[in-house]
Amino acid sequence: MNGLINRAIDRFARDTYGDALWEEEIDRLGIDETAFEPLMPCDPSITTRIVTALAGRLARMPDELLEDLGTYLVSHPRSEAVRRLLRFGGVDFAEFLDSLEELPDRARLAMPDLDLPPIALYLHEGGVCRVELGLSATAGVRFGPVLVGVLRAMADDYGALVLLDYRGADARREIIEVRLLDEAFARGRAFDLGAGRAAG
Amino acid sequence: MTGADTPAATAPEMVPVAVLDRFCPMHVIVGPSGHVRAGGPTLARLVAPTPLVGARFLELFELIRPRSVQSIAALRDLDGSRLRLRLRARPRYPLKGMIHVLPSDGTSGTGGGAILNLSFGISVADAVRDFELTGADFAATDLTTEMLYLIEAKSVAMEESRRLTHRLDTARRDAQHKSLTDTLTGLRNRRAFDAILAQALQAGTPFGLLHLDLDHFKQVNDTHGHAAGDLVLRVAAQRMLAAVRQDDVIARVGGDEFVLLLPGMDDTAALAAIADRLIGALREPVSDGIVQHRVSASIGGTLSRHHHPPDADAIMATADAALYAAKGDGRGGHALHAPDSPSAGGVLPSRDPGDQRGPDADTRWS
Repeated sequence: MNGLINRAIDRFARDTYGDALWEEEIDRLGIDETAFEPLMPCDPSITTRIVTALAGRLARMPDELLEDLGTYLVSHPRSEAVRRLLRFGGVDFAEFLDSLEELPDRARLAMPDLDLPPIALYLHEGGVCRVELGLSATAGVRFGPVLVGVLRAMADDYGALVLLDYRGADARREIIEVRLLDEAFARGRAFDLGAGRAAG
Repeated sequence: MTGADTPAATAPEMVPVAVLDRFCPMHVIVGPSGHVRAGGPTLARLVAPTPLVGARFLELFELIRPRSVQSIAALRDLDGSRLRLRLRARPRYPLKGMIHVLPSDGTSGTGGGAILNLSFGISVADAVRDFELTGADFAATDLTTEMLYLIEAKSVAMEESRRLTHRLDTARRDAQHKSLTDTLTGLRNRRAFDAILAQALQAGTPFGLLHLDLDHFKQVNDTHGHAAGDLVLRVAAQRMLAAVRQDDVIARVGGDEFVLLLPGMDDTAALAAIADRLIGALREPVSDGIVQHRVSASIGGTLSRHHHPPDADAIMATADAALYAAKGDGRGGHALHAPDSPSAGGVLPSRDPGDQRGPDADTRWS
């Protein structure tokens, strides 16, 4: 699955920081282009090196970078497929949030090698929802910050107003708190169930 | 039969329309007259702008299987059947359905009518797009959304897979291009040969070089097809390999052109003997089980020690010119560049040219 993760980072870095910076960084690390082949396996340590190097180059924390990656995956036109596939999770943001637990299964249906860590959802008083994300031994990166970015962008997409708080990780899981303030805060982006085929 | 005191038995006729709307948004209730009494919201979107309620069911939908029906009485006969229907209005969407006929003593005003539940079946993806349906148009228990997700996810994955295949194919061609083997014959290719020749020159040890061309090969190809041509080339390659020493290198450098590098060779007579052996081996017909294909070979050759200093281009050009001379001499023979020979202005034609033309000292190539 790391080929796919690396490809996502590649697209994100190119579209956000430009080809020149990215290629310079990859050359410096001496990483072969096959590492970015989405359907091919790749050593997770390469993903770790890429993220560390890119964060260093941009003088940012890796977690910040990963959160931007999550937002990019949903909101950038180049990865429209990701947004669409996520939107199938629910007709509104609350239902989408409920569907997070089945996200790893959905991902596996799309690509059997895509092995996302288990996600558990706990609803608390006052519209607060705690998302627990198992730590993945095979990803080479933390998915938590990526998921925060994804949730932020998906809330925008649905037109919902949310507060997100990445609470960090303990030995076995990462924790995200989601506070749904207003389900219909703004007009979300349209989602046409059948548009994917028409476009493709 | 229908015990009024057992809720399970009476429930189907008691189901409020609101439940059907929610659970089966594509249901329709047809009264005894054949007019629609009620219908689910999604089905209503399908027939819009025609109002669903009040229309004659069979004017909105055309029954195809198990058979075409024209009347409500005929429709009632299909109780319990699995149906195939079509929207009468364009785009005439195919639908699947089930029918349950209501007993004629019903009290709901639909007695003698029927309840049908419809679905899109396999054309669901097109229908969702064309009718701009959303997840809310399907019951939560309906797997349509999951199916659409799967279709889309798989087509994304398939597209990625198609791209990968394309990239791998390009890489394969590239690798093949860069490889050192001629895939048809298993001999070295031009690229490999150039490297081996450069190495031999670098080493400075003597070697012989032969340039061999199959005569009449084009006729085999043109008359009997590429498969026959390929067979002749493969057999020729095996025979050449059998005719030379272990260390000798044979490369296919063109359609029917080969070059041989013979390490250690510094004697014109020995070079001539190998050329003769090759020509003899290649003169034997090649059988494909039905047809005997006949080709012959012309060879031009040179020795590295005749070049001062030895240079790859010059050696190849000399061997090529000698081949040209051999062909000029009549096919099926060889010509060797021999500057130290007293006769022939530097060319030693073979003594037994296959096509029986006398030796010719013409050196227009030199």
